[in-house]
Amino acid sequence: MSQPLLQIEGLRTVFRSSVGEIAAVDGVDLAVPRGRTLGIVGESGCGKSMLSLSVMRLVPPPGRIAAGRVMLEGRNLLELSPAGMREVRGSRVAMIFQEPMTSLNPVHSIGRQITEAMRAHDKTASAAELRDRAIEALKRVRIPAPERRFDDYPHQLSGGMRQRVMIAMALACRPALLIADEPTTALDVTVQAQILDLLRELQAETGMSIILITHDLGVVAEMADEVAVMYAGRVIERAAATDIFASPQHPYTLGLLGSIPRLDEDRERLLAIEGAVPPPFALPKGCRFHPRCPFAIEACKAAQPALEQIAPDHLAACIRAPVEQAVELVA
Amino acid sequence: MLRHAAERLLMAVPVMFGVLLVGFLLMQVVPTDPAIVRAGPTASAEVIEAIRRDLGLDQPLYVQFGLYIWRLAQGDLGVSIINNVPVSQELANTIGPTLELMAASLIWSIPLGILMGTVAAYWRGSLLDRVVMAISVAGVSVPVFFLGLVLIWFVGFKWQLLPFTGRGGPLWTLEGLRAIALPAITLGGVFVGPVARMTRTAVLDVLGAEHVRTARAKGLTERAVVLHHALRNALIPVVTLIGLQIGFLLGGAVVTETVFSWPGIGRLAVGAITSSDLPMAQGTIIVLSLGFIIVNLVVDLLYGVLDPRVRAA
Repeated sequence: MSQPLLQIEGLRTVFRSSVGEIAAVDGVDLAVPRGRTLGIVGESGCGKSMLSLSVMRLVPPPGRIAAGRVMLEGRNLLELSPAGMREVRGSRVAMIFQEPMTSLNPVHSIGRQITEAMRAHDKTASAAELRDRAIEALKRVRIPAPERRFDDYPHQLSGGMRQRVMIAMALACRPALLIADEPTTALDVTVQAQILDLLRELQAETGMSIILITHDLGVVAEMADEVAVMYAGRVIERAAATDIFASPQHPYTLGLLGSIPRLDEDRERLLAIEGAVPPPFALPKGCRFHPRCPFAIEACKAAQPALEQIAPDHLAACIRAPVEQAVELVA
Repeated sequence: MLRHAAERLLMAVPVMFGVLLVGFLLMQVVPTDPAIVRAGPTASAEVIEAIRRDLGLDQPLYVQFGLYIWRLAQGDLGVSIINNVPVSQELANTIGPTLELMAASLIWSIPLGILMGTVAAYWRGSLLDRVVMAISVAGVSVPVFFLGLVLIWFVGFKWQLLPFTGRGGPLWTLEGLRAIALPAITLGGVFVGPVARMTRTAVLDVLGAEHVRTARAKGLTERAVVLHHALRNALIPVVTLIGLQIGFLLGGAVVTETVFSWPGIGRLAVGAITSSDLPMAQGTIIVLSLGFIIVNLVVDLLYGVLDPRVRAA
């Protein structure tokens, strides 16, 4: 098997606070193969955005990366100099964010913002050349009349168009990895579908890998090859997308799946997971999910379960897995 | 953009009218009779009455105001009661030095303030930030006249490094530059603090914005992030606030000119008011308010240049 494009090992990102150090990302191992899409799913506050900012080394202070390795194309990004990391940002790994309105600078034209990204990694191209390439990039993300749009400002575009501009900007230097942090959350449903289609088409064209961060399992089902489910700063289940949906092995994943409305089942009520994600400064002992888990037993309170192989290429961090048996026992 | 400018210009007209009206009425409530001032302390009642008729002071207020506006429209600001010199001539003589002083104060204090504020914001919480903020708090708190007097005492009088009375000549001569140094340091000195504080707040605000994160994610250098994204966006509120502050600076100019005997409009205004020279005082008020209006107009237009969203609106 070939080496994955991105391999994250034991990544730990902490924030200094008045109650001591808080781990937003707590020992995460992940791998993203070339040309594939990894979906990272979890509720807000589970650490999925911090994980992606850690890969970019853009964790806002007072946060810092305390431990781990982020191997991209054989290099540990965490050991690069600031200048070396700048070279990687935008050219090898690019990122798009949730709010295309606030993620673009309102006072610069979109053309300028795209050429600026190109200029950061290409000091020799002429201004006219960059302009042509930026228009080409706008064309690639299916923006109509890109020559005229080049001088437009973000406020002159719709939300969907802005996200297309963000994508054009991110892909301007043909990165090997695109991190998309909730790229469609702020958009209308119809526009959401268009943006996801676009991402898929661009992936097929360029062969890039995508990390798709979302709380929307529908988006994951549509886009991801593999899925990692995060809870309270840790990955608690990892498997191929089809396996996650067919046979979830962690009670939390099961709960997440139970909370999506489905057309093919006649159900009166959606299942909800009781309670809320514990704040990172008040994590329970043992399994972090046990206070909300319907299958919890005494042993769950004792030790934090490790991510273990349950089935081929299917990892889960639960001592009650496989969860089918637990369901039978409870029922 | 042109329409934006035209609209703003049009909006300045009623403001100027308001200033004229208030200025005129203020002069009416001052307990001094211009006719008595003009006639001198020994004049008889008939002479005073004749002068009053001559000046049109026996007319109802609205007629006087109408007449005043009518003359003003023709460029006639009246004649000084004290020395019979046309007000417009005195204003023309003094506006140059005042503009000179303003320019000499702003040309160093605005860049320095913006630099200090940006540095403090970028390294927020550091020792550098605290030093910069301490300096600017001191700058905000020290009154203009006090700073002026301290500079005069040490730099001008004790150490005899720089002159401290009057204008030394045109700015392109050494004497001119030496003479303007202390007044410009005084007037600019009280401006650095507010500009630094405003810039710091604005830059801090922008540094936390998501588009700055995007800029970093593109692989831009910190220098480009700070200059092209943080500071560039922060300039929008900073320019607005600087514009408002320049209004206060006009007040500071009055004090500075008086302290340093600078032959500008501010000193003319103080002299006219203390000697009850009403037409002259009125003239200086008009010029100072006009200055304020123009500065605000320029700020409005700059706002359109800096912020594409305003241009479209």
